[in-house]
Amino acid sequence: MSIFVDETTKVVVQGLTGGQGRFHGLRNRAYGTQIVAGVTPGKGGQDVEGIPIYDTVAEAVAATGANASFVSVPPKGAAQAILEAAEAGIPFIVCITEGIPAHDEARAYNILVERHPGTRLLGPNCPGIISPAKCNIGITAGEIAQPGGPVGIVSRSGTLTYQALYELKQLGVGVTTCVGIGGDPVPGTNFVDCLEAFQADPDTKAIAMFGEIGGSEEEKAARFIADHVDKPVVAYIAGVTAPPGKKMGHAGAIISGSQGTAQAKMEALAAARVHVVNNPTEAGEKMAELVKAL
Amino acid sequence: MDLFEYQGKQYFARYGIPVSPGGVADTVDDAVAQADQAGYPVVVKAQVQVGGRGKAGGIKLASDAAEVRQHAGAILGMDIKGHVVRRLWVEHASDIAKEYYASFTLDRSAKKYLAMVSAKGGVDIEAVAAEDPGAIARMHVDPAVGFTAADAGRLVDEAKLDSEARAGAVEILQKLYRCYVEGDADLVEINPLILTPEGRVHALDAKVTLDDNAAFRHPEWDDFRDIDELDEREKLARSKGLQYVGLEGFVGIIANGAGLAMSTCDVVNQVGGKPANFLDIGGGANAEVMANALEVINSDANVRSIFINIFGGITRGEEVANGIVTALQRVEIKAPMVIRLDGTNAEEGRKILKTVESDRVISSPTMLAAAKHAVELAGGVGQ
Repeated sequence: MSIFVDETTKVVVQGLTGGQGRFHGLRNRAYGTQIVAGVTPGKGGQDVEGIPIYDTVAEAVAATGANASFVSVPPKGAAQAILEAAEAGIPFIVCITEGIPAHDEARAYNILVERHPGTRLLGPNCPGIISPAKCNIGITAGEIAQPGGPVGIVSRSGTLTYQALYELKQLGVGVTTCVGIGGDPVPGTNFVDCLEAFQADPDTKAIAMFGEIGGSEEEKAARFIADHVDKPVVAYIAGVTAPPGKKMGHAGAIISGSQGTAQAKMEALAAARVHVVNNPTEAGEKMAELVKAL
Repeated sequence: MDLFEYQGKQYFARYGIPVSPGGVADTVDDAVAQADQAGYPVVVKAQVQVGGRGKAGGIKLASDAAEVRQHAGAILGMDIKGHVVRRLWVEHASDIAKEYYASFTLDRSAKKYLAMVSAKGGVDIEAVAAEDPGAIARMHVDPAVGFTAADAGRLVDEAKLDSEARAGAVEILQKLYRCYVEGDADLVEINPLILTPEGRVHALDAKVTLDDNAAFRHPEWDDFRDIDELDEREKLARSKGLQYVGLEGFVGIIANGAGLAMSTCDVVNQVGGKPANFLDIGGGANAEVMANALEVINSDANVRSIFINIFGGITRGEEVANGIVTALQRVEIKAPMVIRLDGTNAEEGRKILKTVESDRVISSPTMLAAAKHAVELAGGVGQ
């Protein structure tokens, strides 16, 4: 099994006619994902290599039965695109857009929670999700993920997500689902959501978690693991050498004072009996060792 | 983007938040002219983005032109914790009856806005929060709903502001909320928010951090760009649109994605090196971006080797490789570089790199091996 997406997931790509949307949408299809429709206002009736384009998400859903959306829309319109998908009844939305204004994001998140409680948003500013050999939505290079489980991966950073998949594949370890939750201030899906889903998934036997400095989501994850997760967890936190008070690229990766430091997060996780490692390579090695002992 | 106090006050004024009459001065003569216009007595304030200006002698009261001349002369050029004062804000000095605190920011944990008001303003609010948390009234604001006059009233009452300040404070809080949301700020803070003996409420200081992601809908922000606060390397990187933070070490770092870039710094550190910088070329970086990144690294005299760590997702391997080739043609790269390339179109990228590989341009298969190699090239472990 896998979490959130599998071989039955039917995806509509919002922004399929744009450069990024086309490149990654077609790549996702080539991987085997059911990309059933694209949406670009004003371009309904056209197609992208055989994938029909609709003016609205509602039309795409009515015509194709899409049950997931891949939002690849520029920052200006991305929050609106997310809400359009939710209003059309899409239960799972992946938004890869980087650079959405914080207020747009906070508003969209709260509208989803209040008016569309059945919708899960992954991202924004995330690499997406891959259940290897079943479904790949987003920008992950599918060939770096080994299918079959038993490891579930959740990561805040896009490129660290790829690194995690790659390290495991080098060691012959398969993955059930790999979720990139993104580094923005108000992510739709957080560590705890993914840990809960992995704990409930019978095929996931161990969990790898990749965090980074800033915020308090890793600390929350540590508390959740202590109380609710009995599967082994390996964690890596990036940003040990980051100087305090400096913004390291993401809105997410900023530390002030001792709150949100890599050290504080590692200590919280270690106290929850998580195997805390020092770099992505060690994470792969530790996970391979744990999987062998299962 | 963090605004200076004078910029924050200009931004507040756009939203109708009352501030003291005053103006900006870059010279002693300007300061006197601004003081004459604002009306004596005035306060001469150093414009630097660092706390503790008052203690360092960067804020002075002046009752006439001669005193303005004396204080402005002393403060301009002053070094406050490594920040050289190049600009002053001169404003009419207010009589203060009471000092309060007010702010809006995002509570990432609750995923809602957080409004805070306190009757204990004018001091370090973090110290108040630590020692007397009950003195700060807090209210979560749902971004999908907004902040009403009734909300502002409840907050002011809960913070126990003086009754004569109530109406003014409620009005300012609503305007501050508009400034925060419509003004696309990550933080708006007034400390102190003062009550004058005549019963007027206004902002005596302004702390505003703007959300860079919203710059596309705020052409007026162009006036605020001031890169004097950055070091030379950071200025060059900013001018080229790169996410760069200068560090103290000797291994230049280029990576894609903030997480991988931070992790690259960590790994270099773990194998005995010291990163010279954090540089994230971002998602979807093309050849031009990579060439710019190498130019920035090349401008840092402390860099003894370069570690390029790319894991392609939205970024494509052949674009990265082309960027490296372009940079090698455009400028003479001073330090040897180790390149680790994986992910989207990595094969194509590695093929392109083969054409320029030498003892100074080296491909390496893994992140850890590449880090070790880069540190060796920089003169070895522990240096």
